[in-house]
Amino acid sequence: MATVAAVKKKPTPSRKTERKVRILIGKPGLDGHDRGAKIIARALRDAGFEIIYTGLHQTPEMIVTAALQEDVDGIGLSILSGAHNHLLPRIVELLKEKDMGDVVVFGGGIIPDDDIPKLKRKGVDRVFTPGTTLKEIVDYVRENVHPRA
Amino acid sequence: MSKAVVDLVRSGDVRAAARLMRDLDDGIPAAQRTLRKIYKHTGRAFILGITGAPGAGKSTLVDAVVTEFRAQGKTVGVVAIDPTSPYSGGAILGDRIRMQRHYLDDGVFIKSLATRGHLGGLSRSTIDVVNVMDAMGKDIVIIETVGVGQDEVEIVKVAHTNLVVVVPGLGDDIQAIKAGILEIADIFVVNKADREGADRTRRDLETMVSLNEYEENEWVPPVLPTEAVSGKGVHGLVEMVERHRAHVFIDGNIERFRREKATVELFEMLKIRLLEKAVGDLERHGLLDGLVADIAARRKDPYSIVEKVVNHSFAANLIG
Repeated sequence: MATVAAVKKKPTPSRKTERKVRILIGKPGLDGHDRGAKIIARALRDAGFEIIYTGLHQTPEMIVTAALQEDVDGIGLSILSGAHNHLLPRIVELLKEKDMGDVVVFGGGIIPDDDIPKLKRKGVDRVFTPGTTLKEIVDYVRENVHPRA
Repeated sequence: MSKAVVDLVRSGDVRAAARLMRDLDDGIPAAQRTLRKIYKHTGRAFILGITGAPGAGKSTLVDAVVTEFRAQGKTVGVVAIDPTSPYSGGAILGDRIRMQRHYLDDGVFIKSLATRGHLGGLSRSTIDVVNVMDAMGKDIVIIETVGVGQDEVEIVKVAHTNLVVVVPGLGDDIQAIKAGILEIADIFVVNKADREGADRTRRDLETMVSLNEYEENEWVPPVLPTEAVSGKGVHGLVEMVERHRAHVFIDGNIERFRREKATVELFEMLKIRLLEKAVGDLERHGLLDGLVADIAARRKDPYSIVEKVVNHSFAANLIG
């Protein structure tokens, strides 16, 4: 170990730094089917993300409070109840109120094509409809959800 | 900048605190510097550890215990830890699912952490995150460990009071004489006490406790049945937690506890920092891969290499 002297001169990083992308997966509204949400959570875990799964029957307020406490970078919402036009924009709005407008919100479920442009205009980044593969969702998250500044 | 963060955290600002916790979890150096300033404002919160096997009902019990503390008007922080996948590095943190009724309560702050490869039942950042909650002014901080087996007992060094949650039917009475998590309990909780075999489990634990020798005035761990889902037995459990807390905080005990905790904090941080420094030094000088290959091929032995690294790298720095 003849290199000790040289070692001492170089600054040592104090601690291993690793930014992990954290994503909240939630089920807003009243439908009780979370199999899809769980499968997506699992696929994202397998892609190396940290997933906070909040469970069923969440109000937009509950989801945004959890997102705030957990300091997430993205929120993925599964909606099968038909209430997406209300719930998704409300979550985006609440995030802005909490100064968390840079959190990427995406959704999936039974959402008519006609509703998608409207949701996008209201700040939902991406909407996935039935038939989407897990790979498409994982690729989307990799490319679009990054640690927030 | 970090002065502002310190003030925000101390005023209970959720966003600032959440970001600081995240930065600590991610190992961001600036967050470490903030923590140095926060440390002197910690030491006020009562820290309750809850550990036990996967599926024992820890999260549901945390939920029920939080409800009791909130009824007393106390503010609560929860640090819930789930495992990181050793294959992908990802994690599903699902402890919150059981705590939904507290989501909109300003008096409750829940933080989920992944183990990120740390063994022992906690994440590397757990102590740091608890310190932030403490500085926020939370009266109680509850740590829920990852579901543990027999040897993940790190929680004992962090919490004032440790609950070990056991469920009926997990094994015969021989399990009760094994070392490890059964030795760290201040209070045993037999959860799912409506299930068959609960009385047997309670008796096994009581027998195990009765075989230990206790000094006068030493705490003897009680065994309490609960049904966390319905809340049955939880009020009594919280009363017992208060009794143990009073025991910990009597003169003599609390000084010893604080010294032990300070020792652990110091050792844990040293362990992490020294390892990172040693590995970092080896990497920077391009030595790491070669050494690993030499050991793998049995050309060198790890004992001599470790000795050399320790002697050269750290001894020189300490003296200098």
